[in-house]
Amino acid sequence: MDFSLSEEQTLLKDSLERFIQNDYDFDTRRKVMAGEEGFSRENWKQFAELGWLAVPFAEEDGGIGGGALELMIVMEQLGRGLVVEPYLATVILAGGALKYAGNEAQKGAYLGAIIEGSKMGALAFAEPQSRFNLADVATTATADGDGYVLSGHKAVVLGGPSADFFVVSARTSGGPRDADGITLFLVDGDAAGLSRRDYPTVDGLRASEVTLEGVKVGADAVLGTVGGGHAVLEQVIDEATLAVGAEAVGGMEVCYKDTVEYSKQRVQFGQPIGKFQVLQHRMVDMFMEYEQAKSMMYLAAMRLDEGYGAVAKKAVSGFKVQVGKSGRFVGQQAVQLHGGMGMTEELNIGHYFKRLTMIDTTFGNADFHLKRYGAI
Amino acid sequence: MDLALTDADLAFQAEVREFIDTYWPEDVRRARATSSRFEESRGHSPEVRRWIDALNERGWAVPNWPQAWGGTDWNPTQKYIWDKETAKAECPQLSAFGARMLAPVLYTWGTDAQKNEFLPKIREERMIWCQGYSEPGAGSDLAGLATRAVREGDEYVVNGTKLWTSGAHVADWMFCLVRTESGGKKQEGISFVLIDMKTPGITVNPVYILGGIHSVNEVELKDVRVPVENLVGEENKGWTYAKGLLTHERTGIAGVARSEVQLARLKRIAQDTGMDGGSLWDDAAFRTRVTELEVELEALSVTELRVLAQVAQGGAPGPESSILKIRGTEIGQAIAMMTIEAFGYYGMPYPEQTLIDNEGPIGNPYVMPTMKGMLYGRASSIFGGSNEIQKNIISKAVLGL
Repeated sequence: MDFSLSEEQTLLKDSLERFIQNDYDFDTRRKVMAGEEGFSRENWKQFAELGWLAVPFAEEDGGIGGGALELMIVMEQLGRGLVVEPYLATVILAGGALKYAGNEAQKGAYLGAIIEGSKMGALAFAEPQSRFNLADVATTATADGDGYVLSGHKAVVLGGPSADFFVVSARTSGGPRDADGITLFLVDGDAAGLSRRDYPTVDGLRASEVTLEGVKVGADAVLGTVGGGHAVLEQVIDEATLAVGAEAVGGMEVCYKDTVEYSKQRVQFGQPIGKFQVLQHRMVDMFMEYEQAKSMMYLAAMRLDEGYGAVAKKAVSGFKVQVGKSGRFVGQQAVQLHGGMGMTEELNIGHYFKRLTMIDTTFGNADFHLKRYGAI
Repeated sequence: MDLALTDADLAFQAEVREFIDTYWPEDVRRARATSSRFEESRGHSPEVRRWIDALNERGWAVPNWPQAWGGTDWNPTQKYIWDKETAKAECPQLSAFGARMLAPVLYTWGTDAQKNEFLPKIREERMIWCQGYSEPGAGSDLAGLATRAVREGDEYVVNGTKLWTSGAHVADWMFCLVRTESGGKKQEGISFVLIDMKTPGITVNPVYILGGIHSVNEVELKDVRVPVENLVGEENKGWTYAKGLLTHERTGIAGVARSEVQLARLKRIAQDTGMDGGSLWDDAAFRTRVTELEVELEALSVTELRVLAQVAQGGAPGPESSILKIRGTEIGQAIAMMTIEAFGYYGMPYPEQTLIDNEGPIGNPYVMPTMKGMLYGRASSIFGGSNEIQKNIISKAVLGL
């Protein structure tokens, strides 16, 4: 029983903390978001140099062999800084699918490029009708000679605008919501028949609606086994769920601590509002929600590192339930206690609130994961 | 960072399980879990006595005490395993007032004579203690207590009234906060004394709480003479000791293991309770609420582990520890409430004990113990510093407000 970080993990955490503190203040972030791509290629280069893009990949693939704990450490800090660079989309989602299902040639072609920062990717798994069900795939992949032809609509693909390549889930057999018969494909961003409608999200990210109209791919584009994509997706999404949850924990920490600080400064009725007991208890509740979410985050990361199976899935879902509930409370109360200031675009608090709110519905909200937790 | 148990831990766990199965076997467990007699009025049945004697013989009665006084050399993981396993089997515990609350004060600040006299008897549960803290005018504001002790030669003469004194009607002794000086800050001038309940001038009046349970009392002290050697530590420093006592045993107060047992029972009851031709467990709304509690409990269980791990590294319990009491009592109360809900109409019968003794329980045998536990459990968020007081403490100590 041990909750301490190893030396390497501490170094990783420190390097992220330094970046957030020195190079990613709120104004810098705002400028970055206002740019055409909505993030900074310069930052991305720095991420590569610092080795962050290599974290979850095996050493033989050029990575540093980090596990769920290392991803947790990275994402918690990115969450504290509300970092908008597409780490989740490229490294955890697209990179995760390659990590678990890629053959040597595919890993060689993509993982090295991700790690050195020269390629970005995105995982196109959701569809307009699918909500959080990974097996609800209507996009079709029809055999065509040695290859396949893909057609369908992929919804809210995070990191879509900057993606050089996509990992796309498509149905090669089975009925509309069958887990069997889903296949993952590697599709180049400029493939003929692929079009994207790019847009910003409310929480400062960029995403795309991706339309596939008779996109032709070769047999070498199949990632993993034909019809066996669902199991890969589930594992990647569970890891990504841990990741956004950790991001939320980082955001909650800033929200509760900034709120406490603000309540010491803001004077009304002749005293700092932090002197009012009704607000003190509310902030204690925020603190408790944050700590409980953090506990579940540790549990989920440790369970994932023990091996992927029912125990890990349950821990991830439990964590996401807690994140949904805690994130909602902490984010909402942070805005409430900041009063009018919390409503403004120029203060960080509202931006954390937006991200926390959107994290609840990313990869399944609290209701979805509560059901999954209860069923495992 | 990992949660895996080592081979040594697993061997220890097997040893503990075997011990429990021998001295607190399945049939005894069930009989006690379904007994409608409230725990604190049950006294020591032969089975409980046998369990406590076995603990002492094995040297496991007071794992957290210093080894010199009978504690174990267990590491935090072993203590955690012990707590988990004994809670799972619903093993009886030593009276908390002696073993968990007074003993740390005595082995930290007591005289050698006090340690030698009291610690072995507490460990063997041959001396039952109660806690004379609250008063009619001093509840959450405990330092406002008015019971006075006036020195006369080698004795203190104590006058006042204590209220909500748990177990005073079965206690042999009481550790008591008394005012030995007034005028300065109210926290100063309080002393910590030990009083033999057989001393003339003590009257114990029962206070029946919800459900007709006799657990708490009013204790009147009229010219009660207490020898000065029964003062613990220095005169007027009692508040410091009382506060020190509160920081002891901070883990375990969350009642995580106990709540896990209750939650598992709630699930079984829901599965056994019919509804619409199926069971209550098939009802999505009910099941959702139970599952929500399960997640909260799991989070608290990890929070408790984090505190244990910190203590293991020689640190003091961090701010997380203050969460344990608040969340632990909230969750325990919620589970009890949902269990009552699960019984449906059969939550209502509340027969006299003699009727149950003669004719058996009405409906599910767990109804009466659950109802009494639920009613009594409302006190858990009030005693030991109400949850609102706990939030005041966190606000000051952790958030710096």
